Amino acid sequence: MAESTTESTGRNESEGGKLGSGPGRVLVWFYGVFTVAAASRSIVQMIQDFGKAPLAYVLSAVAAVVYGFITFSLVRGGERLRRTALVCCAAELVFVLTVGTWTLADKSAFPDATVWSDYGAGYLLIPVILPVLGMLWLRRNRAAA
Amino acid sequence: MLDALTVAVAAAALALAAWCGFAAYRDQPTKDWHFIGMAVVSVLALAQLVVGIVQLGRGERPDQGMAIFIAYLVGSFAAVPAAGLLSLSERTKWGSVTVSAGAVVLAVLEVRLYDIWGG
Repeated sequence: MAESTTESTGRNESEGGKLGSGPGRVLVWFYGVFTVAAASRSIVQMIQDFGKAPLAYVLSAVAAVVYGFITFSLVRGGERLRRTALVCCAAELVFVLTVGTWTLADKSAFPDATVWSDYGAGYLLIPVILPVLGMLWLRRNRAAA
Repeated sequence: MLDALTVAVAAAALALAAWCGFAAYRDQPTKDWHFIGMAVVSVLALAQLVVGIVQLGRGERPDQGMAIFIAYLVGSFAAVPAAGLLSLSERTKWGSVTVSAGAVVLAVLEVRLYDIWGG
């Protein structure tokens, strides 16, 4: 793993900004987008017709909370948030794989899609790529943070 | 009118994505000209938001529901300015990557908008 390579980017920032800068800035963007996407998706669907697919809508809301927390951790930085975010990224990956398999195995449980349906295929598979990149980035910053 | 704007915004967004992607490839942060490019794309997206709302006001209805349509219109308008703000305080090539990613997200939103309106 690449955690030993601490690139000298010439920036001397406080500990706080580190997780959200450099490649981390791109992660902040994607996690931010997915927070908004999952949150608005679940809110709109819950308001429109909660009874149609309650499981899918609740899962979207859970996704929004997880994404929101990771975004917050990346922006705030610090060792404790870094660790918690790492756990969240791992949980996110487990969720994507579980829900992805579940949606393929038992279509009837999901009359409507979630962000994590079919491993996030409706979102260009970004939901399954993002936690992997997130974990690599967070691990790499262990020494720095 | 709305469909034409949707195509225009999507094309402009892809151009911006390529442009900022090129800047990132050359290891450069976003510069003044990039921000002007972002402004152009944002103005197009704002025009789309206004035209979309005017069409709703005229009684036309999107195929897949009002709430989703408005959410995507607002999201399209906000995408590039938000990515631009992130790149303001990230004066490395990663700022350019962020704007490029923002423009790609906008292009995807436009494809969805096209479906939602039922073009």
